[in-house]
Amino acid sequence: MTEEIIIAGFGGQGVLSMGKILAYSGVMQDQEVAWFPSYGPEMRGGTANVTVIISDERISSPILHEFDTAIILNQQSMTKFESRVKAGGTLIYDPNGIVKHPSRKDINILRVEGSRLAVEMGNPLTFNMIVLGAFLKAKPVIKLENVKKGLEKSLPERHHKLIPLNLEAIKIGQENLEVVQTI
Amino acid sequence: MGELRLMKGNEVIAEAAIRCGCDAYFGYPITPQSEVMETLMANRPWEDTGMVVLQAESEIASIHMVYGAAGSGKRVMTSSSSPGISLMAEGISYMAGAELPCVIVNVQRGGPGLGTIQPSQADYNQATKGGGHGDYSLLVLAPASVQEMHDFVVLGFELAFKYRNPVMILADGVIGQLMEKVVLIDQRPRWTNEQIAEISGTWATTGKSKNRKKHVITSLEMDSFIMENNNLRLQAKYDQMKDEEVRFEAIECDDAEYIMVAFGSAARICQKTVQIARQKGVKVGLIRPITLLPFPEKIIAEYATKVKGFLSVEFNAGQMVNDIRLAVNGKTKVEYFGRMGGIVPTPDEVEAALEQKLIRG
Repeated sequence: MTEEIIIAGFGGQGVLSMGKILAYSGVMQDQEVAWFPSYGPEMRGGTANVTVIISDERISSPILHEFDTAIILNQQSMTKFESRVKAGGTLIYDPNGIVKHPSRKDINILRVEGSRLAVEMGNPLTFNMIVLGAFLKAKPVIKLENVKKGLEKSLPERHHKLIPLNLEAIKIGQENLEVVQTI
Repeated sequence: MGELRLMKGNEVIAEAAIRCGCDAYFGYPITPQSEVMETLMANRPWEDTGMVVLQAESEIASIHMVYGAAGSGKRVMTSSSSPGISLMAEGISYMAGAELPCVIVNVQRGGPGLGTIQPSQADYNQATKGGGHGDYSLLVLAPASVQEMHDFVVLGFELAFKYRNPVMILADGVIGQLMEKVVLIDQRPRWTNEQIAEISGTWATTGKSKNRKKHVITSLEMDSFIMENNNLRLQAKYDQMKDEEVRFEAIECDDAEYIMVAFGSAARICQKTVQIARQKGVKVGLIRPITLLPFPEKIIAEYATKVKGFLSVEFNAGQMVNDIRLAVNGKTKVEYFGRMGGIVPTPDEVEAALEQKLIRG
């Protein structure tokens, strides 16, 4: 199994940390992982993206042209990455702020209203974990118990009290994944 | 087995330095390697091992602090990125001339000048052909994974002391920013004064006792005959490195009709290209030089009579390709593909270039 994922959105949405938690979770279930961020003058409100690869085998290139799954969280990223999902792959997006919805016919398209659900949860910071939950529902490559371990490993101890909230957000994401199109 | 962690390449440089018993780090921040000093500062090794971590006022100051500390037989290192390494060039030449061991990490970014902060391999020539002045060579290691970022710090210090020569770890922004699993060595103690006396007592400035001649650390020699002899001694040392230190990895070369040559993160991209091309039935292999200096010319010369061509894949305008051409010596076709200015090609892009330049070309 090799899962090549791009997570793309605004800086400040928790794109990089979602990727990090995913990568840590992969380590917890004894898989090979790679996490490669876009770096540079990224800032809150600018675009940010991260490639995460989880595999049973040694990972070759952390730089990829096409992805098994694209998690897209703003319009700029939709424009950039819709075309870079492998044929037969999966695109998951949050429709909030999307003006041009995905139109490809050869990929699975799923959506989760992460922004709205995070506001309803009363904590906008849970946004990325809701989206992570939706991803795990669509692509159960990581067991939930390993995500919990990944959270424990990646969050500093002073934030461990937030783990139940994060797990709750993941659950809400899992329950609110909507299918737009399957192939 | 050591401790398993998920870390960035830059963070691992710092962690490996502390764990292998490095005495001091002197540096100045620059993207994309600032996490090296950040991680060192966060770890506060001066409280545990006594390692000195100091942010100097500039790269020029950093390398000369390295010079001074290395002269006393200590294990010292610095790190920077391309423009910062250019500033250090004078000090690096002086260290090579004075035969001082140290580890220098260059996490390359695109140039020339201030260029860009995105990944590049455009300092290949600078690292392997000089950079500073005079007939000197570094020993240059090119890590292609976060694990190798760790391993080459440990290996780098071993080689630096084996040859009394600066060792450069030539990484790039991809490997610096990439996070992967890494197995860390257990903490080793720093050398005691007695150990330093044993290892480097014949040359290091450890405090002159009555019964030995004074040790002078210098690259200056006004007598040209002595200076020529110094150069001959250096050249003999570089020849020994060629004999003993060449390292490379050959991937799927046994049945290959075409071979790509790439180092560092470019080699990771090419590994994927090998998979893509082989799925299409193209027999392609990859030679990954691990030491860029000494360059693995023998293995390339061996394959030159067996394959239909080589493709050098580099994030620069074509630098290593010249070393491949020298090794191949006209026996087969040698082409180059690369991107510049911080653009990193995808495996598919490399595969298209392979097809266009080598197979159909």
